[in-house]
Amino acid sequence: MTAFDDLWARMFSFQNYGELLVLVQNSIIAAAVLGIVGGLIGVFVMQRDMAFAVHGISELSFAGAAGALLIGANVVTGSLVGSLIAAILIGLLGAKARDRNSIIGVLMPFGLGLGILFLALYPGRSANKFGLLTGQIISVDIPQLGLLIVISLIVLVALLLMWRPLTFDSLDTDVAAARGVPSRFIALGFMVLLGLTVAVSVQIIGSLLVLALLVTPAAAALRVSSSPVLVPVLAMVFGLVSAVGGILLALGGSLPISPYITTISFTIYLVCRLLSLRNRSGRR
Amino acid sequence: MPEALSGDPVLEFEGGALGFGQRTLWKNLDLTVRPGEFLAVLGPNGSGKTSLLKTILGQQRLDEGTLRFQGSPVRRGDRRIGYIPQQKLVAPGTPLRGRDLVTLGVNGHRFGPPITTKAERARVDALLEDVGATAYATQPVGSLSGGEQQRLRVGQALAGDPALLLCDEPLLSLDLQHQRGVSELIDRRRRDHNTAVVFVTHDVNPVLGMVDRILYLAGGQFRSGTPDEVLRSDVLSDLYGTSVDVIRSHGRVIVVGVPDDAAAHHHDDGEHHV
Repeated sequence: MTAFDDLWARMFSFQNYGELLVLVQNSIIAAAVLGIVGGLIGVFVMQRDMAFAVHGISELSFAGAAGALLIGANVVTGSLVGSLIAAILIGLLGAKARDRNSIIGVLMPFGLGLGILFLALYPGRSANKFGLLTGQIISVDIPQLGLLIVISLIVLVALLLMWRPLTFDSLDTDVAAARGVPSRFIALGFMVLLGLTVAVSVQIIGSLLVLALLVTPAAAALRVSSSPVLVPVLAMVFGLVSAVGGILLALGGSLPISPYITTISFTIYLVCRLLSLRNRSGRR
Repeated sequence: MPEALSGDPVLEFEGGALGFGQRTLWKNLDLTVRPGEFLAVLGPNGSGKTSLLKTILGQQRLDEGTLRFQGSPVRRGDRRIGYIPQQKLVAPGTPLRGRDLVTLGVNGHRFGPPITTKAERARVDALLEDVGATAYATQPVGSLSGGEQQRLRVGQALAGDPALLLCDEPLLSLDLQHQRGVSELIDRRRRDHNTAVVFVTHDVNPVLGMVDRILYLAGGQFRSGTPDEVLRSDVLSDLYGTSVDVIRSHGRVIVVGVPDDAAAHHHDDGEHHV
């Protein structure tokens, strides 16, 4: 009984909650913005069949962040550099899905290995090391949080501005090109936005768990709707609830935030799946 | 057949040639397509039919010769050209409704906030009406049949009020009723708006009654002319360099004896629907 109470207290504790909340408000804002952007870009990740690419980019982003940690540079910058290199490589070399998957399959272990090497060489605290893989938002300092928020907002605005050509290109790139959509620019532009989003996610939820914010919310939304308006809106709401809800639940306990975020986003997905099953059998 | 195939040419090939590496797809191609003309492009797989469309779309350059659209060199993404691709089923679960597919034809190329204006919505309504897709316009595209999706694609291609419609096997894997429906939409468009049509197909029969002229590509050469001039045993035998029979029965045309190597890919029993 005491063992269970102890576990419960480690998982959920709401002592001094108000004071804690003030301390982490910047983290909550960053997580909220990322949740929204992740949900939104996830809709295109699903349509362009790029879930694997997200994972590949996140491993190189991890390598970049670990490299930055080792040489004492800004971790967010390192993460951005890794992300963008991976995203642009995948965008340039992997126009076709098959090429893309093999390139990602080659890049991913290389990135992860490189990151592990950098971490092994890094003499500092080990909590920092683990954080890059599984999330560390509370330990991100305020100027860096500001940077994360600005990057997320840039992605958000850019996505909205290229929404229509990106939708067209994702649906049918040949016809879109014939109608005057610059398909190469769109494909590369999307990869850059994806790279930026992944770099931000790595800071908040960790490189191993990026998919929970970039794929799961959109996948859940696509289960319950096929409206071009409702799907992005739901995906953003799901991302926001997962990211912010995860931080709020984790706040009092002594465990990392990521499992809370991944569990919420997975639960939302499960519920949406069940709902879609019920809708389908209802229609028959 | 429209009596007046006059007016300035929509499309002009002059001495056009295209090949891959050592292989010539076609050369010395002189071809003029006039407003309202229905040109069917026939030939076995690998004879360069789709490549021909790509040159017109400005996505592939001719090795030799010139190609003009409405008097000026072709360029990429010209919105006066409508393009109807091979039927590819939209994945179920894609977050787009029928009308969104047509809306992409109207404003899908435009950057900026994704807001569809009232005028654009009215245009989409008119296009949906035109292609008879109003009834299922609000359903998810992925839940529609192949024929319904293809009607929407015709609507999408007509959005730019095209002077030329390029069709790449648009009837492939449609049932007979939808083949007729979709080809009649295309035929009506060129009669009502004098739009020229370049129609790539491996089977001329569904559009035989509409075709003004045929461009038949095979083995690095081509023949062009009216269906009666081209779809003849002596002409196609000469083109393929071997004895080929063109059989006409019950208003259908069947070509028998096309050599396997000319067909490049599979043609199981040597019988070949033109």
